[in-house]
Amino acid sequence: MEMVYCRPDTLTDTPFHYCPGCGHSVVHRVLMEVVEELGIQDKTIGVAPVGCSVFAYHYMNVDMQEAAHGRASAVATGIKRVLPDRYVFSYQGDGDLAAIGTAETIHTVNRGENILMVFINNGIYGMTGGQMAPTSLLGQVTTTSPYGRDVKMVGHPIKIADLLIHLPGAYYVTRQAVHNPNAVRKLKKAFEKSFQYQKEGKGTCFVEVVSNCPSGWRMTPVESIKYLEETMFPAYPLGDLKVPEKV
Amino acid sequence: MEEKKNKNGEAKLMKGNEALAEAAIRAKIDAYFGYPITPQSEVLEYLEREIPKRSGLVLQAESEIASINMIYGAAGAGARVMTSSSGPGISLMQEGLSYIASAQLPCLVVNVVRGGPGLGTIQPSQGDYFQAVKGGGHGDYHLIVLAPASVQEMADFVFEGFRLAEKYRNPAMILTDGALGQMMEKVIQPEEGSLPKIKTPWATTGKTKDRDHNIITSLFIKPEEMESVNHQLQEKYRKIERDEVRFEEIKTNDAEIILVAFGLSSRICQKTVDLGREKGIKIGLLRPITLYPYPYKRLNELADQVDFMMSVEMNAGQMVEDVKLAVEGKVPVYFTGRMGGMIPSPDDVLHEIESIIEKQNVLQD
Repeated sequence: MEMVYCRPDTLTDTPFHYCPGCGHSVVHRVLMEVVEELGIQDKTIGVAPVGCSVFAYHYMNVDMQEAAHGRASAVATGIKRVLPDRYVFSYQGDGDLAAIGTAETIHTVNRGENILMVFINNGIYGMTGGQMAPTSLLGQVTTTSPYGRDVKMVGHPIKIADLLIHLPGAYYVTRQAVHNPNAVRKLKKAFEKSFQYQKEGKGTCFVEVVSNCPSGWRMTPVESIKYLEETMFPAYPLGDLKVPEKV
Repeated sequence: MEEKKNKNGEAKLMKGNEALAEAAIRAKIDAYFGYPITPQSEVLEYLEREIPKRSGLVLQAESEIASINMIYGAAGAGARVMTSSSGPGISLMQEGLSYIASAQLPCLVVNVVRGGPGLGTIQPSQGDYFQAVKGGGHGDYHLIVLAPASVQEMADFVFEGFRLAEKYRNPAMILTDGALGQMMEKVIQPEEGSLPKIKTPWATTGKTKDRDHNIITSLFIKPEEMESVNHQLQEKYRKIERDEVRFEEIKTNDAEIILVAFGLSSRICQKTVDLGREKGIKIGLLRPITLYPYPYKRLNELADQVDFMMSVEMNAGQMVEDVKLAVEGKVPVYFTGRMGGMIPSPDDVLHEIESIIEKQNVLQD
């Protein structure tokens, strides 16, 4: 029988621990498929975050380092600077990248660190039980915004990708999703481009994935997809935010 | 301190911070990540000027938090890396140091201490002793801590720090102060490239077919596993405590009073020893060179021969706790010192000793 679909070598056979319907496992798989297809497993080093994907290194069969909360891009900088011919990526959630790690995020991109930053935005702190994130939507009910996110108290959701495009170090900034097969294909393209740009030494590639958190959102997986389409995407429109200028 | 002469070259007049930075280049560091703060900015300045002409990489980060995490990443990738800062910046690095110690990565961190707490003052202090030797960050871990007392040692201990850090896969710290950082003395630099690079099969350099993927982490979520990592660390610390204690003794043979002091205050106490002996008071000095591991055993032995000991520090009395632990109540242990960037003089220390002797005589009469 012909094998048409299987686990790439770049994923271990450890079963994902993610909740049913969560986008993390899809993003992991797509990222690792690209690493395998490009044949760069032996040259790729990842940085795992704090949050639900803290164990990304259990699944991704590449050399990896676990970073402190918010510091993944600084850790990735340290790796890339001493191993400039390797492919380096960081993988962070919204609390990690857009709250506690904002300084590291902005300065890593501002230096144009030649890395791929993967940013999972699900508008909530999933791991710790569904608290308000910097990207939580106005009015969003979470365990720490039980009456809905109040703009007077905590301001607006931060659109970090929209901020980063203004930095010359940002070479490619895109916002993608994994809620349907078409979105997954687009995300895969974004990762492929990012590794190609990294190979060419172009600067920072920033791939945001607007994803779901059925558990944190207190929804079924199906409801969470509907919420993504109806509520999250209007606030975080999908598509490229910054693409290389055509020569 | 005795002037050193060897085959490596002529003695050169250098600032402590610059001697340390030059030694880092000679130790062939792969990278230095740092952030400016007085009184150690010359380290970063010197490296920014010299490294592009020679070898290695230097990067000014956006904060000490970023610096220490760049250190973590680069050390995890197998590089020889270093950072430096002063009190407030070192406080910001505590999170990273705990992670580095837990992940068992070698690196060298320099603290050119200024007066605190808070923003404090830029004048020299030894107020970060507790932070350096008792942890600083969260969890059960130790840094290997070296305390130079001269510009020569500012250079030498860069090599020694890396040697120990790499031997034990543990972060090492040079705990010095603003005066040693700023003062100029003759120094003979270690020979460039004379520190061999260690093998780092555990480093994240890219997973090849012949091995499993390497993971650098400090996360061990199962308590059984976390405890076993802690056992590993503690075993390592016991070995360090057994094999790596370093100290210097001055005129302790016939001493009836022992001063205990490290770094700059040991320089002051050396003078006190001479002044006291001119007056017929038999003072000796024990200078811990490693603050972790600490020379508990030797101090305990010396306690058998002396009337009392006195810890002399530029803080409110921190190391004195370790001196007391060492002597186990055999003899009284006193403390004298200045705080907030003030430096005690040799006479100040001698006066303290004389007043203690006087009190003891009164009691005996």
